[in-house]
Formats: sequence, structure tokens, C-alpha cells
Amino acid sequence: MDWSPLLISLATSLTATAVTLVAGLAAAAWRQNRAGAGAALVDGIFILPLVLPPTVVGFLLLLLFGRNGPLGKLLLQFDATVVFSWPATVIAATVVAFPLMYITARAALEQVDPHLLQAARTLGASEARIFREVALPLAWPGVLAGTILSFARALGEFGATLMLAGNIPGKTETIPIAIYFAVEANQIQRAMAWCAVDVGISIALLGGLYYWTHAQRLRRERWGQH
Amino acid sequence: MTLEVQIEKKLAEFTLDVAFSATETPLSILGASGAGKSMLLRCIAGLEKPGRGRISLNDRILFDSDQRVGIPARERRIGMLFQHYALFPHRTVAQNIAFGLQDFPREEQSARTASLLTRTHLTGRENRYPRELSGGEQQRTALARALAIQPEALLLDEPLSALDTHLRGQVEAQLQETFATYRRPALLVTHNMEEAYRLGEQLLVLARGRVAAFGAKQEIFRRPPSSEVARLTGCKNISRAHPNADGTVEALDWACRLRLAQAPTRPPNYIGIRAHHIDFPESAGEAAQEPNVLPCWLVRTSETPFRITLLLSVNPQRAAAGESHLQAEVFKEKWERFRNHPQPWRVRLSPESLFAMPE
Repeated sequence: MDWSPLLISLATSLTATAVTLVAGLAAAAWRQNRAGAGAALVDGIFILPLVLPPTVVGFLLLLLFGRNGPLGKLLLQFDATVVFSWPATVIAATVVAFPLMYITARAALEQVDPHLLQAARTLGASEARIFREVALPLAWPGVLAGTILSFARALGEFGATLMLAGNIPGKTETIPIAIYFAVEANQIQRAMAWCAVDVGISIALLGGLYYWTHAQRLRRERWGQH
Repeated sequence: MTLEVQIEKKLAEFTLDVAFSATETPLSILGASGAGKSMLLRCIAGLEKPGRGRISLNDRILFDSDQRVGIPARERRIGMLFQHYALFPHRTVAQNIAFGLQDFPREEQSARTASLLTRTHLTGRENRYPRELSGGEQQRTALARALAIQPEALLLDEPLSALDTHLRGQVEAQLQETFATYRRPALLVTHNMEEAYRLGEQLLVLARGRVAAFGAKQEIFRRPPSSEVARLTGCKNISRAHPNADGTVEALDWACRLRLAQAPTRPPNYIGIRAHHIDFPESAGEAAQEPNVLPCWLVRTSETPFRITLLLSVNPQRAAAGESHLQAEVFKEKWERFRNHPQPWRVRLSPESLFAMPE
């Protein structure tokens, strides 16, 4: 059996999750203490990929990264194309996973008692240090939940990936795409095998999460936060 | 060492408009809740921006709306003790205290932390999380953390309000100890007049965003400049008043003519006396010769462990209707001596204890 869809799916999801984590946190941190129409508009744009059907997201990405798209043209100057390449799977997965990370990280950061941040300010800490040493550790459970949601979303990504990255075995063929084309080609055995792999990954993820939250709960009880 | 504040800030219900200065002696800021006390501290700490004005600490300008200066909170070097302490729950006591010592080498950080732990009687608690401390210990941790940065001024927002009554005395002693060695401007905000009196030397009374009184605490308590300040400093007996040509004052709510020890400088519209200053002369002969003695009927009593509060009326019909005009406070021993005397009782408002107020 060709294991490349598993490797591609894992590589894509992990990379997309890492990018999402950093970008989502940065966006959530930026959004803190900002109000007004501008911020609300940015919010809407950030959350849009969650609301739009993945095929629409994929099509918009195709327009953006295609030969005549603004980003596609820019990349062509460096002799690079994104469409139908492995990075395309990462871009598609990142874009659809980002809103989940953004929403949960923002909610988690908003939960942090503002007096703690103010106390840190009076103690001479820079905003970056306050984020790193006060806001983030206290918001961490929410951020982790967002990370896991993002990973799960990236792992299951199908529509936008197919539009932007196509189905190139060994290059852009992720597990969901492999399953779709296996079913289409009437290779039921193959489809079932990949379904089993997906279920296995999900169970491992949930198990890991369970043990982690259990350990965290013990620690947080000492902090007095439940 | 001087903190000078002159700011204006529009709030939802009124405008905070204050000017005062503080030196090495602790200053208590007394006001009812919602008078703008916390907002004032937050403006000084740099957590809120005043609309207009100027704040300077020693030779540094922290805020000046004309010169467009606004030093951020992290550069002000002002220690702030928050009402609920705002301790970092994920850091131990030692890590909380050391938070502001980031720029020092590691050994220096530990040495300073250890010295603060000793000073605030927290040795042995350094590895606990805030959650695992008593209220008093949490408060001392927050104090140690604020002192760690060697602040040029110290701001305390209702430092005792989150504590149980039996802990307050203990924590108050700690604060007094800190103030005694601190010798830099220290501002303490409270709505409790006794706390304000015990912990501060200077007193500022804040009412709806304005400075209603500012000066030595003894003077403000002895002669409140206005009926508002009298009320905020716990005076229970205030009557509308009217000056007479012979220098006496007509107390309209008490239906009597009163003599004062000193003639008021401005025509009084109010007259007041504190509850514990109301006297009950024991012999009839003594009472007859004294000025400012009036008959009173008892309406209601209210007991505390050692003292009793008597609500009195100057008129028997109105006493029967439950309306009281004067509130006196006496020790129970004294109360036992006259409680069975026939009414009306003779009540003396001594000229030395009365104070006249123009507004």
C-alpha cells in the first residue's frame, strides 16, 4: 500500500496548524483592546473562510494564486507557482483552519483578567512580555483547544484543497482526497483502509487531549482556575 | 519627593476634576463608592488617560496635556496595589514578587525577593501559588510585588476591603509598618473613614469627582468645611442653621438656639455635632447652668458590643411618631446610669464640639 496520502496529510496538517497557531494568536492579540467598525470589518474577513463553503474558498484562492491572480503573478516573477503543488495543500488547509484558531484564541485572551495585565504594566513589563508571560499562559487551555480544532479541520480539509492543489498522487493527494477518488474508482477496500487510518488519528488525538487536560486540571486547581 | 496632580477627566456621571499634591506622608483619599477614587489612582498609574491636566512625580512629568506628554504605565515607576490584588495565579509568591525585577541579574533578583519576603513576613510561603494563601498573605504578596520595583510612589486601591474583619487589623499594621519606612508619596483610596484616618496623615475627601476637603486629617475631622464632608467623615448630626444677631445660631432641625465656642467666620447654613460628643449631664443643677442644653425623648436604641446608639427626638409627639433628630453614642456603663431616668432627658451639645458650616 502507498502510504503517501498519510504522510502528505500529516505534513500538511501539522504545517498548517503551526502557521495557524502563530497567525491566529497574532491576529487575536492585535484585535485585543481594539474596537470600532474597522476592527469589526477585519473580524468579518478573518472569520469568512469558516462561513463560506470550502469550494468557494478554494475557488477564491485559485483566483488569487492562479496565473492571472495578483499573488500568482507576483510569485511568477520568482519562477514559483503554487497551484497544484504541495504548498497549495498547506495554504488551503491554513485558510480554512485559521478562523477556528482566531475565534478560540480571542475568546481565551479575553477571559484573562484585565487587572493582571494592568498590574504587569505598572511593574514595568513590555506589552510583548505581558503577552508571553501573563496573557498566553493563562489563555493557554483555550489556545490549545483552538490548535486541536485547527488541526482536525486541516486534516479533514477537502474542497478547497481539491480546487487549489488538485489530486496529484504522492504530491497533493491527502487522505480525504484519496478516499474520494478511491470511491469514485470503485476501490472500496482502499477507501475503507484510509477511513480506518483517519479514525485512528482522531482517536489518538482525542486520547492525547484527554490525558493532557487531566494533567492540566490538576495543575490549574492549584492556580485556582477551573 | 512630591507627587503633584491636577487633572480633569470626563466620566459617565460627572467630571473628575482634582488638584492636590502628596509628599512623604501617606495621603488617604476618602469618598463614597463611585466618587472617582479608583479612576484617580488609575490616571496617576498611567492605566487611564486624563482628558486634561498635569501629573508630575519629583522632577519627572508623567502627564501633561499641554505638552502632549504621556509616559506609559510601565515607565512611571509607580507601585500599585489593586483592590483584589491582581496576583498572577500561575506564578508562585516568589515569582510574583520577582516579576518586576526582570532587568536585574539572577542573584540580585533572588536577594531582593528574599529581603521582601522577610519584610512582608512571607518567608516559607515563597513556593505557594496565590490561591494557596490566606487573604492577608495575598495582600502582603501584592504589596511586596509593588515594592520590588522600588516605586517612586505607591498607590493602594481599597487595600483592606477584600479582607475579613479579623484580618484587617493585621494588614493595617503591615501597611503602617510599610509607610513608616517608605518615605515617598503613598496614596490610599478607601470608602471607610476610620481606615482613612488610621492609615493616612493627610486626608483628601472626594465627592462626585471634586475635592471636597484636603488637609491634615485631624483638622478635617474636627471642623469639616461643609456638610457634605461632615457626612462623609461620619458625622450623624447635621441640622440646617440660621445665624442670629447676637452671635448664636438657630438650629432649625433641632428647634433650638445654640452657642458656639467661636463665632463662625462665614454665616452658617448648617451646624453639626458628632454622635459621641453629645453629652447627658447627670445632675439637674449642672444642666440648668450650662448653655446648649435641650430636652430630648428617646425614639430607638441600637446596640454594639461596648456602646449604644440612641436616636433622640426634640419633640414628644414626633418621638412617638418614630421621627428622630439627633443620634448620640455613649458607653454602656454611662447608659446604665441614666436609662431609667424619666423623660425628657437633658442633652447637652457643648459649644466646643459644635461646628458651623457655610454649605
